[in-house]
Amino acid sequence: MDEQAEVLYRERKQRILDAVALRKPDRVPIVSPFQLFPYTYAGVPFREAMYDYAKAREACHKFVDDFQPDADFGPVLAYAGKPMDTLGLKWFRWAGHGLPEHAMYQFVEGEYMTAGEYDEFLYDPSHFLASKWLPRSFGALAAFSDFPAMRRMMWFGWTGLLAGLARPEMRQALAAALQAGEELAEWFASLARYAAEIKAKGFPQAYAGFSWTPFDLVGDTLRGTRGIMGDVIRRPEKLLQAVEKATPIAIEYGLSAAGADLPLCWIWPHKGSAGFLSDRQYARFYWPFLREVIEALVARGVIPVIYFEGDETPRLKHLAEVPPGKVWFHFATMDMARAKEVLGGIACISGNLPSHLLLTGTPEDVRRCCRSLIDTCGRDGGYIMDTSVMVDEAKPENVRALFDFTREYGVY
Amino acid sequence: MKDLLVQAIADIQEDEALTLAARLLDAGAPAKTILDACREAMCIVGDRYERREYFLPELVVSGETLKRIAALIRPEAREAAATEPLARILIGTVAGDIHDIGKEIVAFMLAANEFEVRDLGVDVSASRFVQEVKEARPDILALSGFLTLAYDSMKETVAALSTAGLRDQVKIMIGGAPMDDGVRDYVGADAYGPDAMAAVRIARRFAGGG
Repeated sequence: MDEQAEVLYRERKQRILDAVALRKPDRVPIVSPFQLFPYTYAGVPFREAMYDYAKAREACHKFVDDFQPDADFGPVLAYAGKPMDTLGLKWFRWAGHGLPEHAMYQFVEGEYMTAGEYDEFLYDPSHFLASKWLPRSFGALAAFSDFPAMRRMMWFGWTGLLAGLARPEMRQALAAALQAGEELAEWFASLARYAAEIKAKGFPQAYAGFSWTPFDLVGDTLRGTRGIMGDVIRRPEKLLQAVEKATPIAIEYGLSAAGADLPLCWIWPHKGSAGFLSDRQYARFYWPFLREVIEALVARGVIPVIYFEGDETPRLKHLAEVPPGKVWFHFATMDMARAKEVLGGIACISGNLPSHLLLTGTPEDVRRCCRSLIDTCGRDGGYIMDTSVMVDEAKPENVRALFDFTREYGVY
Repeated sequence: MKDLLVQAIADIQEDEALTLAARLLDAGAPAKTILDACREAMCIVGDRYERREYFLPELVVSGETLKRIAALIRPEAREAAATEPLARILIGTVAGDIHDIGKEIVAFMLAANEFEVRDLGVDVSASRFVQEVKEARPDILALSGFLTLAYDSMKETVAALSTAGLRDQVKIMIGGAPMDDGVRDYVGADAYGPDAMAAVRIARRFAGGG
């Protein structure tokens, strides 16, 4: 790495670490998960970015060069299309698969675990996922419904179980899994290459790991919104047991960030925002488990970035319980002055620049909003500039205003 | 017993509500009595939701309770007992967006508040909205969107209605997580509502000629 890039890299990383530790950096950092924008900006259809990894890297390089964020996501937000094709992923629609070629992928809500299957999940989550969730999620893995239960491999259990792997349908499913694995390896190599390339230019990677809140692991991927909301009333004890079971799993996901140069672990909470659960329900089913994940990650030196996409105003009092100077909360809908009041001295906050402003507003609107955010919650550190939700559609001149103005006005 | 049924649904006592409804029907109660009880109960649920006593779990369970009770009644009897709606509403998630939970809550609360709601589902194209408006002649069109791409889909939908000469015949309201009054201006809608109860208030205002 050339010397100048190395200095820039250190400065950018330190800026973020200082903001999280509630110290005053040299200026307000800008870190934002620009999702679709880098590709539209570079003129690369999103579908192409999902299949042609070199094209995706190229587009992300252009974004980084032109806007110079303090840390960058790169092509990780354009999921690999090939393995999704190979496996026949059912709970996603993406460009060319039910959506136009410029569209961001979207999740297909469903009940991927029925209400009657809680006990099965609780008894052996791995086997439940292998034999029920995988076949329901991936067309090519339908044969996994007969996947051998690994817990019964002991002693001579393997003799009865391994034969099942040799059945023709299972061979076919395993072959698809292998092929997807190879395609994923190619994608991961592309991500690693991109990370090395931007590091050489002086930019840290914005993520070192990803995790989920335990309630959402059960709600998003297994029961679906309608399912889990019904369970809060109909089978609260079972739901609590499942969320408890999901907690160490969520911690395990997030620990992949431990030891990274910039150990940010991003968590996107969904079903705990205002309007979803009452405060009593939140305090019983949601927060204690999310707090446990946050504390476990912090204990291992990971910085949890909790990226709230809804309104968290009624949850602020809970959020104030996290270990001070170790956590970064992103807010979409929030009175930021109030957030600063409650979380000042406790957690770094980011976000709240209305994403629609980047599409529907003018550069002057964006500058005005950035100024107000920096004045309100950036004055003594502990704030990172970011939009309210991940950026897909935006006018480039507005994005430029966001970066340029923050760099200039956000100097401490 | 009708009052008990209202109370059971409103208090989210699902099993009790179903038992009571079945007993009422067995005893020869007219479909109208049961459906009136459901409507009354849903008004209470709506009030409690608005007062932040109820949240999604209560809406989901009471909604499903209602469906299960309605299934106990013969379809002809259900139709005969229908009341005149305050207004007719067409609702859908706009093109390119497949999110449906928020829209369903809004549709549910509108239906519970005596509006006739027809749900076109998700990823509804501008041309389909135009065609449906032309055919069904609703009083209100409710557009839902969860993604920022929905801004342009909404704008296109409103523009397509103007081109088809239908814009003046229907009031348009928008909603969804990334929406606000700025977006309402951008897409050219008549109103924006941040949540399901706001949608009900707006629809009432529209129905009253506002």
